[in-house]
Amino acid sequence: MTGYQEILTDPSYAGQIVTLTYPLVGNYGINDDDLESDRVQPTGFVVREACDAPSNWRSVNTLDGWMGEMGITGIQGIDTRSLTKRIRSGGVTMGAIGDDLDELHHVLEQAKAYDETDFVGKVSTKAPYKWGATGKESVESPDPENRVRLVVIDCGLKFNILRRFWRAGSRPIVLPCTVTAEEVLAWRPDGVLLSPGPGDPRRLEGVVSTVQGLLGKVPIFGICLGNQLLCHAVGGETYKLKFGHRGSNHPVQDLRTGKVTITSQNHGYAVDAASLKGTGAEVTQLNLNDGTVEGISIPDARASSIQYHPEAAPGPWDSRPYFDEFIAQIRSGK
Amino acid sequence: MKVLVIGSGPIVIGQAAEFDYAGTQACKSLKEEGHEVVLINSNPATIMTDPGVADRLYIEPLNVDFCERVIARERPDALLPTLGGQTGLNLATQLSDEGILEKYNVRLLGTPLTAIRKAEDREQFRSLMREIKEPVPESWIIQTEDELQAILDIVPYPCIIRPAYTLGGTGGGIADNKETLWETGRKGLKLSMRSQIMVERSLLGWKEVEYEVIRDNKGNTITVCNMENLDPMGVHTGDSIVVAPSQTLSDLEYHILRTASLKIINALGIEGGCNVQLAVNPESFDYYIIEVNPRVSRSSALASKATGYPIARVAAKIAVGLTLDQIENQVTGTTKACFEPALDYCVVKLPRFPFDKFASGDRTLFTQMKATGEVMAIDRSFEAALVKALRGLEVKTKDLSHPKFPPMDDEELALAVKIPTDERLWAVAEALRRGWTIQRVNGLSRIDPWFLHKIMKILNGEVETSPTAYKMVDTCAGEFESATPYYYATNEIESDFVSS
Repeated sequence: MTGYQEILTDPSYAGQIVTLTYPLVGNYGINDDDLESDRVQPTGFVVREACDAPSNWRSVNTLDGWMGEMGITGIQGIDTRSLTKRIRSGGVTMGAIGDDLDELHHVLEQAKAYDETDFVGKVSTKAPYKWGATGKESVESPDPENRVRLVVIDCGLKFNILRRFWRAGSRPIVLPCTVTAEEVLAWRPDGVLLSPGPGDPRRLEGVVSTVQGLLGKVPIFGICLGNQLLCHAVGGETYKLKFGHRGSNHPVQDLRTGKVTITSQNHGYAVDAASLKGTGAEVTQLNLNDGTVEGISIPDARASSIQYHPEAAPGPWDSRPYFDEFIAQIRSGK
Repeated sequence: MKVLVIGSGPIVIGQAAEFDYAGTQACKSLKEEGHEVVLINSNPATIMTDPGVADRLYIEPLNVDFCERVIARERPDALLPTLGGQTGLNLATQLSDEGILEKYNVRLLGTPLTAIRKAEDREQFRSLMREIKEPVPESWIIQTEDELQAILDIVPYPCIIRPAYTLGGTGGGIADNKETLWETGRKGLKLSMRSQIMVERSLLGWKEVEYEVIRDNKGNTITVCNMENLDPMGVHTGDSIVVAPSQTLSDLEYHILRTASLKIINALGIEGGCNVQLAVNPESFDYYIIEVNPRVSRSSALASKATGYPIARVAAKIAVGLTLDQIENQVTGTTKACFEPALDYCVVKLPRFPFDKFASGDRTLFTQMKATGEVMAIDRSFEAALVKALRGLEVKTKDLSHPKFPPMDDEELALAVKIPTDERLWAVAEALRRGWTIQRVNGLSRIDPWFLHKIMKILNGEVETSPTAYKMVDTCAGEFESATPYYYATNEIESDFVSS
């Protein structure tokens, strides 16, 4: 019901048309801070009502004004509940926004299927950079002392992951998704993070072989797409969900403690639990709603990953301790 | 297990029959789990005293004496006190203090009394908030008239007076000067069950936001929903126009406040439902914790109806030891109670005041609740929900026009916009009709410009409010198929149907 600005700048939505179930969007306007990447990522935005008179002390623009500046197409006045139910029963589908039905049909016939496009290559950073107290820094900038060197393989990062890891005491070094295992190790990382990102993980053979080259040599942590990449790296399989997990209210149960956490999620693919048999990986967390895999661990390789977003933005902060726990784990050398 | 439930008692000004709603849900919930329910309630005109709700029913006065007799006769294993509102909670506290529960070996279910005391005793609560670093407004706990006298010159005016352990804030008020503080404070000391009042810095004009949260004995916590008061701080939330979910908070602000609320129920060790009220600075990230209700409250009844999430039912199951992940979400039938409802509509609650019956009553609203009921409306826009609620209010005005305000001159109207009364909404509408700017009306009323713009749209006839479809309240914004017969009418393209 909140979080449209974060959603619109989340690279995991690259190439997608996003619709929100909450009907009143843009109420608190657009501000200069709550950006999750350098640009608007979805290609289209569908809402019931876009607020033309927002009210919030940080607001500097209206939703419509900002989307116009960013060159992203939006449509309002749509019965978004009806649309949501169509997606629920028919699954995610290709879509187009316009006012000429014939033209839209034509466009859709010509369009490549979503799964055929390499969105990760498009949203990943082209050049390496570091992250510091005030945001992006050049790779030449000196590293502060006593910080865990964390190499991040960028498949579609959200800034808040870097902000949280910085706060937890690490020095994030962000590399493009095309990086090799040798190149990663040349940065002498204390740990490696596999970032979230858009699209089908099966397309990402290059990243998977990089992960395979790193497994066992350095502690690895994965978030969202990173969870699926880790699964593929040990020989497991992923599959496409009918309509994915979106939004800020997904209950995840940790099988080790029984404790349930409300999480922020955004993924259309999931790890196949059965495929992990005999790979050395074990399922650690499950979605309480549909029983899908929410976390895996490979104890022998000091690798683990989660399917949800501990960085939130948007969404609940309940799994924020993960960042501290991860850094502490690296520090302890376990 | 045989469980004694203390009922809601008489319906009084300052209550909206919400505890009857909650108590009925709780009795049914306990019976679902195979428990035998003994109910004591002094009010036979409630739903919970209908045949079949409880297994054994006592219509008796809600006091220690009668409660003890019922306990002696029924010998229940346990007592569930957190669902009958403040009346039930106070009675349970007395039964425990006087050793009656111990004498008959009756176990208290739900949130432990120590946790309830921590939330309700101002001093204990403030020291806990300091411990967990949650901000509370500067304040003074006063137990005698001498102590009251001593602070008259120190307190920043205006200040708020809140008596401890009273229902609906009875005996509270706002003081602009020493004289009023002295008068209201003395009255509050007399009305408080423990002769205790709190005097605190006024946060007049700040946004008032509430979170309805639930915790189980394993420490799983969820937010059922949050609500934003259209009337800023200074008006009792029971007298305020309230929307759910909040409309003018960004995701960051929403989660700062949500995180604070969950931190508080964890620190208190609540087992069941809880309501956290916060004051939010409209110009910064600053906020204060105003109050915590460690039980099912009027706000939880509203949150329940607004989201479709049965708070009292779930709280009753938590009280008998179930955890959120073990309780089914009755609405979807396929998911668990351990999730946070998603709303795909806007909810507006209007308070219903008894001034048509008490024509000479003081209509000014402050921290003591005056409403006796409320109307809740659901629609896909704020405008449509507000218009619907106005029609449902069953007062002479059916829309945003009120004969009282057009004849007023600008000076009188400005006062009617500034001072909260049960009729302020209509004064605000008249001011906007006269072409006063949003800025001016906001300056006077401190009502957020977002709401004022929406009211303007209604006045301009920009909003289509005649219903063309029926949509379902399903707790999950359409994500899962649901089979609940809870619908609202709206101006939309497609209706929801349940296949039978």
